[in-house]
This record gives sequence, structure tokens and C-alpha cells, in this order.
Amino acid sequence: MTDLPLTPEDIEEIVSILSKSDYDKLDIETSRFRLRVSRSGEGWTQEWSPVEAVTNTGTAEKAAILEIAEGLEAIMPPLPGTFYRAPQPGAPPFVEVGDTVDADTVVAIVETMKLMNPVHAGISGTIVEILADNGEPIEADRVLMTVKPA
Amino acid sequence: MSFDTLYIANRGEIALRIIRTARRLGLRTAIGVSDPDLRSRNTAEADEVIHLPGTASSETYLNIEAVIDAARQSGAGAVHPGYGFLSENSEFARAVQRAGMIFVGPEPNSLDAMGDKLKARAVAVEAGLPVVPGGEADNAAQAAAIATETGYPLLIKAVSGGGGRGMKRVDHEDLLQQQIDMAMAEALAAFGDKRIYVERYVESGRHIEVQVLGDGRRAIHLGTRDCSIQRRYQKLVEEAPAPDVPADALSAIENAAVKLTEHLGYKGAGTVEFLVDSETFEFFFLEMNARIQVEHPVTEVVTGIDLIEQQLTLAGGAPLGFEQRDIVIEGSALELRINAEDPAADFAPSPGFVARAAWPAGPGLRVDSHIRSGDTVPAAYDSLVGKIIAHGADRSQAIERAGAALRHLSIEGIHTTAPLHTRILEDARFANGAVDTRFFEGFEHG
Repeated sequence: MTDLPLTPEDIEEIVSILSKSDYDKLDIETSRFRLRVSRSGEGWTQEWSPVEAVTNTGTAEKAAILEIAEGLEAIMPPLPGTFYRAPQPGAPPFVEVGDTVDADTVVAIVETMKLMNPVHAGISGTIVEILADNGEPIEADRVLMTVKPA
Repeated sequence: MSFDTLYIANRGEIALRIIRTARRLGLRTAIGVSDPDLRSRNTAEADEVIHLPGTASSETYLNIEAVIDAARQSGAGAVHPGYGFLSENSEFARAVQRAGMIFVGPEPNSLDAMGDKLKARAVAVEAGLPVVPGGEADNAAQAAAIATETGYPLLIKAVSGGGGRGMKRVDHEDLLQQQIDMAMAEALAAFGDKRIYVERYVESGRHIEVQVLGDGRRAIHLGTRDCSIQRRYQKLVEEAPAPDVPADALSAIENAAVKLTEHLGYKGAGTVEFLVDSETFEFFFLEMNARIQVEHPVTEVVTGIDLIEQQLTLAGGAPLGFEQRDIVIEGSALELRINAEDPAADFAPSPGFVARAAWPAGPGLRVDSHIRSGDTVPAAYDSLVGKIIAHGADRSQAIERAGAALRHLSIEGIHTTAPLHTRILEDARFANGAVDTRFFEGFEHG
């Protein structure tokens, strides 16, 4: 037997019943969900939470922390997302190892929540390493490239 | 229903929304989930979960072969595509049908006709609807040629797009190349089709759309929605019905939508979007979205009709269960889109771990959200974390309820558009009635 789904109308009904009572909160737990409806000042809130315990592990694999060699600078993404080396599939990459860049040079794109965010070099110099693969999901603390400052 | 298992080819709040109606109708639900969605609320709620390995949409929710395999594996008799992803992809709809399942949406030829903005425009002209000047461009030179016809500012749109993705306003020819490159890249990433379309930018327009239902022979409308409050062409607040439109203009717009729907022999739920001059109420056909819309709940709460149920029934081949006179609009409703974006940092995406998600509850309130306390909002998909729908006996009560709802909303761990909604609801222009699509420009700078 599966749980009955709770509709928005059911939530309204629960609030209506609680409003007329002395209770400030109601906890419901089934095999599919946990729900707490509680008083919040003049109004009410609904808070859903997973049945299984959760921890803040993030979804993408954590990149191993890379040692950046002496005298090099890291290029980091503006946001977590998907790393792309070229403006479009099939197009030439923004930069290759050995290319000279300045602070405003766009070296890659990170797609976050369907928006394309340019990655700027942030420093003048030469690209030494490209450390992420095209199309790879990356976290915000990932080193994408290293630059030898000019 | 002629099927007992429904496969949901989507994620997020809309997948949960579909599960809810499917279960009420006694259907078994199955869903494919990507790596980041393995621990999502949809995984907990669906009767069967199939893993679509990978993170990127192109490997998972946009991967036709993988989705069809998963649907087959679940033994589904029908596939609901939700919105976005494969919802308006006729190749997908045909693949679903070839696999012996029902596609919960219009016939593939309607998707072909409406999914491509250029064909849609031609069909609309054929059906006798007015359209905005413009045309398709593959590169900046072609766009410049069309621009001589449309003038500046102009608007670039993704041919396969919808929901404002890949849409850019260009004020001067010098900026055309750069904007086209970005628009094409975004269109390709979001829809797998980089073609773009250039059209005249109407300065003082309102975005008014009509919800329609068709059974392939006959069509009706479920009234209008006003979606003029947009930022970067992304809708932020939607309301039903569109306020402050004279009755004759309103019925002209609604009737045009029904005319197009019948002209197409359209089957299912759809939305016909219009650009309406806020002074003269002259209107132009923009596009038809051949799917359920993000903002469908405002129509549901003012009409009392479950649009997902209508989609499932019509897809199963049933005739329309309503006459136009059966449709009654009661009161007024607003929807606030709560996105994982930071209004204080130019709306930068704000994915991550949600330590607490306390959504409002109470009279006239509906919350459609898949985000629970302890969930993670992935960076790989869109930023919508939930929708607050407020229904009132009239517009001012709906606004008041929406405002109170925001005061009780508490999302911790990520930034959201909630503070922006508070400011919108407090804005005198909005409180006093209809606004145009420039609302936000005036708002940001003033």
C-alpha cells in the first residue's frame, strides 16, 4: 500500500484545522516524506525533509586539492557548473597551453543553471596547464588552469 | 485511462507536480533521475526510479535514447515530458510513439509547427493572427539585414527556445555579433539547436498568454495570464487573469488563441503567447508553447481545473470534457518564482546545499516545490526551486496573501529571488494594476 499523496489542498486543510486548535505544530512521517506544519508568527510554514538522513556532501565529486607550483597563479571558476573550453561544440578552444593571456582574456565558459558565464584569466601571463576536461562538472573551488605571470 | 503506468521525463518541481496528479488518478509513476537527482524528492515520491547515469542534461534528461529505454523498462504506457528538456521535441514524441507509448502532449506535427518559431509564425499568419516583424538569422550579417526591417532595439530569440533562454535585447548594430554568439551558445546548450530569430522589440508591451485545451477537433480557452514582470526575459511573477484589459480586447485575444488551436487541430494543453500594446491593446502572436507551462498553477487555482489531468485525459484520446461556457474564472491568482539566484549579486546562480526550506502554508496558498530541508540544488539544471501561488477573491487579496507568504518563507543555505518578490509586491505600480515588460528596468534604476 502506498502513501496517499498530500496535495496543496490538504496542506491548506491541515493549517485550517491547526488554526482552530491550541497546537503550534504537526509532524507527519511516512515512508516517502517527513512534513512539519508549524506556526510562524501570524502565519504558517510547511517544511518537508527527506526520510533518510542527509549530509552536505555536494553532488559533484570533490576535486583533489591541487598543489600549485611555485610561481604559478590559478584560474578559478566564477561559480560551480560545467566547464567548457570552447564557445560552441566544434569551435576552437578559447586558449591552449602556451597561449599568452591578459586579465580580461576569456579562457573558458562555465555553464551554471543554463547560463553561460565567461571565465577570465584575471592576470597577464602564459597558460601553463589546463586541469579540467571539456564538459566536466566542476565545483567553485576547482583550479581550472594555471598561469605563469608575465 | 488507457494506461496504468506514467513515466515522467523530467525533474524538479514539475515532475513532483505530475506525480501528484498521476497518483490521484490511480496511476503508477516512474521517473528517470540523473546522478545529482538520485536523492531528490522525486526519487522518494515516484513508485519506480530508474537511474539515468550522468550529470549534464545532454547525457540524462535530454538523452532521447536513455529516456526511452528507461520508460520502456518501467513498463509505462505513457510518457509525460513536463516543460523544458524534451517536452517540445518532436523527434522525442515520435520515438515515444514508436516505442508503443502515449506521448502526453500534442501530436508531433503540432510540435513541429509550433516548436520552430518561424513555422509557428507562418502558421499563425495562415490562421489570421497578427505577428511582430522579424526573421531568422544564422549569423550577424543576416541579422543585420533583418534589422534594417525591424530597426533597433531588436530581440534575439532561440528558434527552438522558450522561457526566454537565449533571448537578448540588442540596442545597436555594433553589439550584434557578440550578442549573437552568446545567444547561439546558450540556445545550443539549452535546446540542442543554435538557430536564432530576430524580431522588433516593442517598447511598451505586456506579455499576455492564453491557456488553451484542444482535443484535435475542438478547442477552448481557460482565460489569460499576465507575465509582464520579467527580468532578462525570464518570467518572475505571473498572474491570472491579466488585469486591466478591456473586455472586448480580452475576448479578441482569447478568441485568437482558440482560432490558432483549432487551425492546428491541436490535441492537449497549450499556451498561446501574445505581445499586447499596453496603451492600444493591439496584440501580436509571439509563440505557442505546446506543453504545460511553469505558470500553469495560476490558471488551475482560478478555474479549479487540473491541467495535468486534462493533459493525461486528452493524450489518451478522450474528447474535451468542457464547453467554453463551463469555464468560470474565480478571483485572481499570483505566482512567485523562487529561483536559486542572488538578487544582490546581479542574479548570479546560487546552487548548493539547502540547510532549511520552510515554505509558507495557509488559506489561498499553494506551494509547488521539490526542495526539502537538506536537499541540494544542483548547478547543472535551472534555478527554479519553487513557486508560491496565492489565490484571492480579488487581485488585492491575492497580492496581500502573496506578501504574507513571503514573510513566512525561509530558505537557508542558498540565495533566492524572494527579497526581490517582496520589493515587487510593495511597488505601487504593481499594486495599482497592470504593468508592462519594462517594469523591471524602472524598478532597478529607480
